[in-house]
Amino acid sequence: MTSKEQILASIRENRVVVDTKLPSYDNFGMKFDDKFEHFKKMLESVGGHALCIKKEQLDETITSLYPEVKIITSNVEGFTKATFDANAQEDVHNLKDVELCVVEGNFAVAENGAVWVKNSNNKHRGLYFISENIVIVVKKDEIVNNMHEAYERVSFNNEDAYGVFISGPSKTADIEQSLVIGAHGPKSGYVIFVD
Amino acid sequence: MKIGLFIPCFMNELYPDVCVATYKLLKNLNIDIDYPMSQTCCGQPMANSGCSKDIETLAKQFVETFKDYDYIVAPSGSCVAMVKDHYGVFFKDDADYNKVKTSIYEVCEFLHDVIKIDKFDVSFPHKVGLHNSCHGHRMLKLATPSELNIPYDSKLKNLLSLVKDIELVTLQREDECCGFGGTFSVTEEDISIAMGKDRIKDHLDSHAQIITGADMSCLMHMDGIINRNNENIKVMHIVEILAGVEK
Amino acid sequence: MSSKHPLNAKAFVANDERMHWHDKALWFVREKRDITSKTIPEWEQLREYANSIKTHTMANLDKYLVEFEKNAQARGIEVHWAKDAKEHNEIVYNILKENNAKKIVKSKSMLTEECHLNPYLIEKGIEVVDTDLGERIVQLRNEPPSHVVLPAIHLKKQDVSDTFHEHLGTQEGNYDPTYLTRAARASLRENFLNADAGITGVNFAIANTGGFVVCTNEGNADMGANTPKLHIACMGIEKIIPRLEDLSVFTRLLARSATGQAVTAYTSHFHGPVVGGKMHIVIVDNLRSPFLKSEKYQKALNCIRCGACMNTCPIFRRSGGHSYEYVIPGPIGSSLATFRDPKKHKTLSFACTLCGSCSNVCPVKIDLDAQLYNHRQDLTQQGIIDSKKKFMLKSASWLMSHPTLFDLAGKVARKVVPLLPKSMLYTKSNVWGKNRDLPQMPKNSFKELYKKGIEDDK
Repeated sequence: MTSKEQILASIRENRVVVDTKLPSYDNFGMKFDDKFEHFKKMLESVGGHALCIKKEQLDETITSLYPEVKIITSNVEGFTKATFDANAQEDVHNLKDVELCVVEGNFAVAENGAVWVKNSNNKHRGLYFISENIVIVVKKDEIVNNMHEAYERVSFNNEDAYGVFISGPSKTADIEQSLVIGAHGPKSGYVIFVD
Repeated sequence: MKIGLFIPCFMNELYPDVCVATYKLLKNLNIDIDYPMSQTCCGQPMANSGCSKDIETLAKQFVETFKDYDYIVAPSGSCVAMVKDHYGVFFKDDADYNKVKTSIYEVCEFLHDVIKIDKFDVSFPHKVGLHNSCHGHRMLKLATPSELNIPYDSKLKNLLSLVKDIELVTLQREDECCGFGGTFSVTEEDISIAMGKDRIKDHLDSHAQIITGADMSCLMHMDGIINRNNENIKVMHIVEILAGVEK
Repeated sequence: MSSKHPLNAKAFVANDERMHWHDKALWFVREKRDITSKTIPEWEQLREYANSIKTHTMANLDKYLVEFEKNAQARGIEVHWAKDAKEHNEIVYNILKENNAKKIVKSKSMLTEECHLNPYLIEKGIEVVDTDLGERIVQLRNEPPSHVVLPAIHLKKQDVSDTFHEHLGTQEGNYDPTYLTRAARASLRENFLNADAGITGVNFAIANTGGFVVCTNEGNADMGANTPKLHIACMGIEKIIPRLEDLSVFTRLLARSATGQAVTAYTSHFHGPVVGGKMHIVIVDNLRSPFLKSEKYQKALNCIRCGACMNTCPIFRRSGGHSYEYVIPGPIGSSLATFRDPKKHKTLSFACTLCGSCSNVCPVKIDLDAQLYNHRQDLTQQGIIDSKKKFMLKSASWLMSHPTLFDLAGKVARKVVPLLPKSMLYTKSNVWGKNRDLPQMPKNSFKELYKKGIEDDK
């Protein structure tokens, strides 16, 4: 017998668990009168920031948030200040000096300040983590209340093999429970909603 | 309505005053109460140490002793929880046990839920900290545990609030274990003492003069530490306060 | 008495200042969990849902594992099955060897700790770098993690500073957590960029999509999985969930239960390798399937490793994770360890006052305190627990089932004890009295008073 067969046989032979039904999440979970406000509050509680601007203001807004950075990559339409084409790189290692990535987020989740990022415009998954700072741009009305609504919008086909909920910059509290923003991923993060 | 009074074994031997207070508290409410002489111990110390198989005789004896009462009332949450939650293995759908299981009450629970008492004619002008003993707290649900997101209620606080002039202090940790835990107090002595000291300190920091609760075993453990270290605080069983025993 | 946990606990408690510091640090996390969970009106329903999903999954585990494998393979993920730790380690090593991988970056995985993967690979000449900050700290100190979510919670910043000074060349005496974290970041970034492969654990494997989810705050799993071309993910058979949408329940519960955060910074869904790369999943049994046959302990498999039971456990907080001497410490670890090797871990189910707080914080509603109570009974039945203790308790239960004898024994104690000098009462064998006074012995028992007539002395 292969190990697979042995494991499955052991499961079948041992099992005394009484089956029960799976739940349904239709219309389940907390809702918010002002989803943006709650999203902003939750994101700020984990060291991120949220703004709401007009699409035309993307350049000036991001430039004013990060006036010093030189190596900027973007796959967001309407932002023109990119200095580095991450998608043109064959090897993700070439992204190691990226100071700011501006990427598209599919939608935001009010209950926990997370954004679902699964854009087909970005070639390297590692970009979201290797960049020193991250700006996620989301369309203004793309906010759901909670994770149940969120997963109604999540799916995977054969082309897009990766997606991630990102909530704020990377962080750790492994040294005496002291929160330090910027562990291995970005040291700062903004979510910008555009009209 | 006939009540059988169940007095935990160690309370019978070591805390007769608390037992008398319990008896009188119920008697003064004109409750027909009886103390059956054939009772001994519920078997909890043995069961919690892994010897539940050895207490089958005790369990059978307990049910035999108490099966004919309308209610069984005891001044100890953990002993009641023992009968309710851990006797099942000895009785297969036994009518007597099923009756005992549903009619046994911790005394405060009985006063609160069955008698639905709404006044005590006693005064207790002191600062009191309530220690929620774990078994009564989480198994008998005498109050809402701090871990759960359900509406808050506390039967013990509701009863104490009927006592005149009493001041209930707020503890930092509402329902932290005191570290008694039966034989745990001896097998894990170091942690047990550390937990007991921390629990007492929480009461001292909250300026309580009295630690009260519905389980004498926890209070005995803390009392032992208090006396050893000459701490300026006393323990009293909640029934003593409700029965109007002086500080 | 042969007792490991009590001895380890004694050593931990002996440093009063550090013990209280540890207790407070974890209590702080527990309080954050309480506060966050109370912002979710449907919290208790979520726990119930999680319990249902896990129960249903365990009842159909074979079906979901096969479904997962089929869907994962269709996505170009290679799936391996390992019946035990040895096979798991060999599979991982062979994948590395085939790909000529010499250096790996690893994110947190309790399964690989359980299988002792690191020492196995190091022995074979592979460089293994743990990348979670806490895990990196304990790896450099050559210690196991002391907590499933907070691996270095037993250490103070001074300890971390000393370790980093020695291994990473940080300034001696610089205890600033930000400075130390930045130093680790710089050093680990080099490791990420030079690694040949990334190994991660799996928080949830989704049967109906063939993908899996890894949750981190630091982003280390993603750096490790997405920078090298080779990603190996290791999972126990119990990590499976039926449907993608069931993640909505677990992602709401996991971080809130673990640290009081609403969600981890990164909840990454892997459904295939990076462009031009390879992805492998190793599914491991290693003494998991036997839990399914036990009505008493089967729920222990439902654990999602949030660590909430450790943070709330008053014994864990005051004895530290290492005192359990098992890969998973605390209440859940005590049950898992005792089920797997009752002889070796016979003291763990007694490192508990049965306070029940663990069961109340558990996001998947494992009946932890009941399991620990049941383990005690089983240990006696199997003849594993200390016979001297058992004898004393047996005689006690015999005494107690004979009311007259019992009364007599009590009477003797009450009459004799007050007459004894303190030196006789507080002897070495009286463990109770080492740090506690005995209660005052009353003249009469309640039974005696009752017989005399309580009414009269009113």
